[in-house]
Amino acid sequence: MALDKPYFDVPGTTVFDAGQSRKGYHLNMFCMSLMKAPNRERFKANERAYLDEWPMSEEQKLAVLARDYNAMIASGGNIYFLAKIFSTDGKSFQHAAALMTGMSQEAYAKMMIDGGRPPEGNRYVGEKK
Amino acid sequence: MARITAGITTSHIPAVGAAIDLGKMWEPYWTPVFKGYEFSKQWMAANRPDVVFLVYNDHATAFSLDFIPTFAIGCAEDFAVADEGWGPRPVPAVQGHPDLAWHIAQSVIQSDFDLTIVNRMEVDHGLTVPLSLMFGQPQAWPCRVIPFAVNVVQYPPPSGNRCYQLGKAIRRAVESFDEDLNVQIWGTGGMSHQLQGPRAGFINKQFDQRFLDRLIEEPEALAQMPHIDYIRDAGSEGIELVMWLIMRGALDAKVKTIHRFYHVPASNTAVGHLILENAQ
Repeated sequence: MALDKPYFDVPGTTVFDAGQSRKGYHLNMFCMSLMKAPNRERFKANERAYLDEWPMSEEQKLAVLARDYNAMIASGGNIYFLAKIFSTDGKSFQHAAALMTGMSQEAYAKMMIDGGRPPEGNRYVGEKK
Repeated sequence: MARITAGITTSHIPAVGAAIDLGKMWEPYWTPVFKGYEFSKQWMAANRPDVVFLVYNDHATAFSLDFIPTFAIGCAEDFAVADEGWGPRPVPAVQGHPDLAWHIAQSVIQSDFDLTIVNRMEVDHGLTVPLSLMFGQPQAWPCRVIPFAVNVVQYPPPSGNRCYQLGKAIRRAVESFDEDLNVQIWGTGGMSHQLQGPRAGFINKQFDQRFLDRLIEEPEALAQMPHIDYIRDAGSEGIELVMWLIMRGALDAKVKTIHRFYHVPASNTAVGHLILENAQ
């Protein structure tokens, strides 16, 4: 019998479940390697060459090179692992969050100060505000 | 006999740690957050525990995808502060309480909760930010700490009810320890927040306030809330709130609220903070 996965109708959200974790294992473990300063240096010196040391899919490598966090998440990345990439870039969680929402960092920060993204219209796919 | 004297919940937002470490606490953006902890620091000075049993989650720091323990208890003498990619936080190392930790591990496993025992572990902002919020910036932390890491990164985390029942087992374990120790239990993380995807920045004040009410008044019913409700209504990372139920399970059914604080935002997140004591 199939597992109960009631979370696919939450808009703009990818739950890091068993399937995602299996798909993203090497991508996330690459991210983990950036916890060590010498690895960060090697990655920064030649990103493509460093990525080629990992058995990741081409799609995953291109997403990392483009810093396309939504594409990384779609191909199995988890945000706490992906955080090692934007930390390596000297960027904050707010920077990455703004990128993923397609907003400027200023607009995103203002939305948060104004109380954040509201639940109304954001709980179900297709929900009206 | 050791006893649990208070339960505390607090968010553990990394940007809060950075604000403390960089001396930005009283800048206009951060002032409302830290004001909410002023009472707590005074209360803590008068109610200093011997040991804090600190429930938190690791954020791909000590645990990668190689090992994913659902519940991990730190039994070491001490725990180093992790380098999370921008150097370790400038805070003291954490002194453990191996005798009590091992006692709790043995007792709780025999109560059907299969903990992972950890003898070497670095601790990240999930554990150190709550310590900074409650104790400020001392040269050494004023008490021992037992780190208790819960998986909330890999779905599914443990259920709310599993966490609540585990809290009860931890209380029984603490109360069967012979030494006379004042133990506090802290549940950290939350409140509503989402850090990923196009819905990032999601905040639900109504959910959060209701969660605080129910955690205080009807934790047993709250513990039945399914994961999907956390994800949908509190954001994908808001699911960390299940950890607060471990704290709550270790207290009596009736509690009194010593302090309650809520603020939006700190970076991407809603901050929630409670100090609870048993009503009797």
